[in-house]
Amino acid sequence: MGLLQNILPPKERMSRIFTWGDAVVLLLITALFYAGVRVAFNAPAEIQGPAIVLKPQVLPWYALLSLGRMAAAYLLSLLFTLFYGRAAAYNLRAEKVLLPLLDVLQSVPILSFLPVVLLSLSAVLPQRVAAELASIVLIFTSQAWNMTFGWYQSLTTIPKELREASAIFRLNNWLRFKQLELPFGMISLIWNSMMSWAGGWFFVMAAEIFTVGSRDFRLPGLGAFLRQASIEGNLSAIGWGLLALVTVIIALDQLIWRPLLAWSDRFKLEMVESDQPPTSWFYDLVNDSRLLSHIREYFARLFDRLDLYLVRKYPMKGIFQETEFKTRWTDWALLSMGIILIGYGGLLAFHMLVNLPLAQWWGIIMGVLATLLRVFTSLAIALAWTIPVGVAIGTNRRVAAVIQPIVQIAASIPATAIFPVFLLLVINLVGGLNIAAIFLMLMGTQWYLLFNIIAGASAIPQDLKYTAALLGLKKWSRWRTLILPALFPYIITGAITASGGAWNASIVAEYIDFGGKTLTTTGLGATIAKATALGNYPLLLASTLSMVFTVVMINRLVWRRLYRVAEEKYRLE
Amino acid sequence: MDTKPNTLLEVRHVHQIYTSGSRKFTAVQDVNITLQEGEFVALLGPSGCGKSTLLRIITGLQKPSEGEVLYRGSKLQGVNPYATIVFQTFALFPWLTVYQNVELALKARGVAPNLRSSRAIDLIDRVGLDGFENAYPRELSGGMRQKVGFARAMAVEPELLCLDEPFSALDVLSAEALRGELLELWTSGNIPTKAILMVSHNIEEVVFMADRIVVMDKEPGRVIAELKINLPHPRQRQSDSFRALVDEVYGLLAGQTQPESAELGSEPGQPGFTRRLPNTTISDLAGLLEYLADKPNNEADIYRISEELSLDSDQVLRLTEMSELLGFATVAKGDIKLTPLGETFAEASILARKEIFATRIRRLPLVRWLLRMLQRADKHALELDVVKMALELEFPPEEAEKQLDTLINWGRYAEILSYDDSEEKIYLEYSSEKEPAAV
Repeated sequence: MGLLQNILPPKERMSRIFTWGDAVVLLLITALFYAGVRVAFNAPAEIQGPAIVLKPQVLPWYALLSLGRMAAAYLLSLLFTLFYGRAAAYNLRAEKVLLPLLDVLQSVPILSFLPVVLLSLSAVLPQRVAAELASIVLIFTSQAWNMTFGWYQSLTTIPKELREASAIFRLNNWLRFKQLELPFGMISLIWNSMMSWAGGWFFVMAAEIFTVGSRDFRLPGLGAFLRQASIEGNLSAIGWGLLALVTVIIALDQLIWRPLLAWSDRFKLEMVESDQPPTSWFYDLVNDSRLLSHIREYFARLFDRLDLYLVRKYPMKGIFQETEFKTRWTDWALLSMGIILIGYGGLLAFHMLVNLPLAQWWGIIMGVLATLLRVFTSLAIALAWTIPVGVAIGTNRRVAAVIQPIVQIAASIPATAIFPVFLLLVINLVGGLNIAAIFLMLMGTQWYLLFNIIAGASAIPQDLKYTAALLGLKKWSRWRTLILPALFPYIITGAITASGGAWNASIVAEYIDFGGKTLTTTGLGATIAKATALGNYPLLLASTLSMVFTVVMINRLVWRRLYRVAEEKYRLE
Repeated sequence: MDTKPNTLLEVRHVHQIYTSGSRKFTAVQDVNITLQEGEFVALLGPSGCGKSTLLRIITGLQKPSEGEVLYRGSKLQGVNPYATIVFQTFALFPWLTVYQNVELALKARGVAPNLRSSRAIDLIDRVGLDGFENAYPRELSGGMRQKVGFARAMAVEPELLCLDEPFSALDVLSAEALRGELLELWTSGNIPTKAILMVSHNIEEVVFMADRIVVMDKEPGRVIAELKINLPHPRQRQSDSFRALVDEVYGLLAGQTQPESAELGSEPGQPGFTRRLPNTTISDLAGLLEYLADKPNNEADIYRISEELSLDSDQVLRLTEMSELLGFATVAKGDIKLTPLGETFAEASILARKEIFATRIRRLPLVRWLLRMLQRADKHALELDVVKMALELEFPPEEAEKQLDTLINWGRYAEILSYDDSEEKIYLEYSSEKEPAAV
């Protein structure tokens, strides 16, 4: 989980608070949003989705459908990652635009884009296809960014000698990709893929049923099943749905991710054998299979032929690159056309925003404050329990052996799936949804913190622990002088992801359809969700932009500074 | 151009200039080298003299800022397809086996599968790694890894084999063994290689292996001498003629102690050349001075120091430079001799040493400059970044950081300044608060 750092941009860019690039990106998003809304107005006025059957028998089929959506979105994310990351890493000019874009994109509350995407697609496509595509696009937007950052960072950190060696031995683009870039980035790619899948499950729950005004979109799948069950308050159906979901997630973990991790251990750059390489029973099983080794050999020969063909057809050019960019007139033409289009869209969107009543702006500001308070409260609660538990797991192997698998399963359940169950328990407590929303955010975000703290605690060097014991440090002073400083960078890394997740979760946490009623409380998430449900696009745009702006500013003003302190002062290296 | 028929490589007026902000730094200045077929040439110089940069320019990995590289008479437009490199850090792909690493180089050139495997196996055998074909680099010792590096570089039958400090990351024994094996392959004519170009900072190594040495010096990186070595192989390190050559090269690189004003240079921001502080530790310096104090006449051949203290020549040169700079020793014709001051230092107590050291480094323009800035600063303290920025006007960023580290290290030892790492501030020590006497 240490790879969460990948989400953070490299240090140099962290110093600037707000750049022109950001402004352009924000404008671009606004314009896109506006364009979507324009198309969306042409969507059919009334839509009735297929009925969701609440019987356990349909679950395998539903699970397969959800899995298919996830896989399609993941494939899209992977392609996006490979191309986008490469463009950002190798083209200095592209880097200047692509990186800030990515940075802001990952702060965009995905859920508020769903109605726009959905409606604009359903204006041009059959309703079922539009809903499928929209859900895939939504899942894609929850999966792609961290993978892309990770890949970009791998590409830019490939050691110089390996690059030079591949140039001097004339590896063409294909061989360089296959033998250098892919192996080098593989571990990061797998970890980030795992995180992306976890994030994807979170949104599958939300993306399969969607109500915009009187348009009701639904897709058969696990998410729709669980949502329908909770709307009807059908507890046994919720139980069956959760069981199916957990089974799918555990099966994926055991049959795909663990084997991939075990396999990818060979791509570690370290020149020493690792002490505890990741293991997987399924990988060992597959590895021993005769049949598979034949198939592998066959594919190896096939790939060999492909390599040779590509090498002969497209040999490495290896000529000097021009280091100075000459701006061509085509660049200017493209640039000005882009500016005009974005500017026009931005202007119209601005017009939309200006016409928003002052009272609603006031509501947004109050919402930002209320949600901010909830995000930080949930973070504080998460810290309060994850630090002691994380340290216990990270420093004690016996505890770890018992608790780790439980924690992993618990963490793998997307918070959106257990919201309804959880809601049943807390809704009647004091404060109602106002308080419950905090816990809902907590459900989704505490795991990032916990995993990071476990990683941090297990990275405390043994000799420091011995020294602390020899010095006879009392409990509190040991925490203060050794454990907390050592954990600090990990806590920050976890908190950055957690707070981003909490903002996103506010959309589903502050406004809920449950048991036939609509529950709501003050908050930015509630504003976004309400605007979606009512089809109030100006309000949706205004509140979405407010959220993007708030999240980006908090990231830069609070988290990045803390992260820099962590990097410089508390690194145990 | 009158290129001789067996001229393989010509480097003509090559410059490499880096810009950092508005400043320009010359890494390589007007280098001219030719390489004939059948030659083993070494590029020798202290670290930072631009020899590795030059190797990258010669192989076409990097384009020179000015000048050109001709290969067999035609100008290089990119990576030279007839050259390969053996890298200092091996640059093997850790996820490929020994065999796959060698084979990849052949595959990239489009060699057919059956030919590929026979050639890879043959090369692996020739460097003595048979039996390790399926081992991963991490399973091998440093020496064996570099053998893979050699096998890979020779598998594609390059005309020009470039070696970038190929032995410096190895332990002494494997390095020595590998040098012998390479020379054997080269002198026996069993490899199709037409010429070898080796970059090294190790004087004994190049005298042991090369036919010709191109000696480079730093600030700016340039060629200061060329030297032919006519000793027959295998060369005897203990022979008088070998030692005489090593001594001669040390003489070239250690230079000769200049009059004080020239030796010290000028302050940053002042006209003239700002002398860099050699990056060494004070305990190493004390070790050298004590060693010299034990010698008859307080004098020694510099090349012997490296043998007797088992330091590599780069370290020895940095130490002699530091003793020279502080006036503890003088250097002439490859010999180093303690001054009376150096003798006093060698015999002094810990505290007395600190005092001598403090008075000596106060004379260095760089130190004087820093002390004066501190005296004028509020509370006699300066942010590290401020000082670094000021130094970056004089040195490239990386070098500025090194200089600052050395300054802080020496200043702390001399107790003339202190440094707080958590605040990243440099302070003046109490004893230095008086204005220094005008010089």
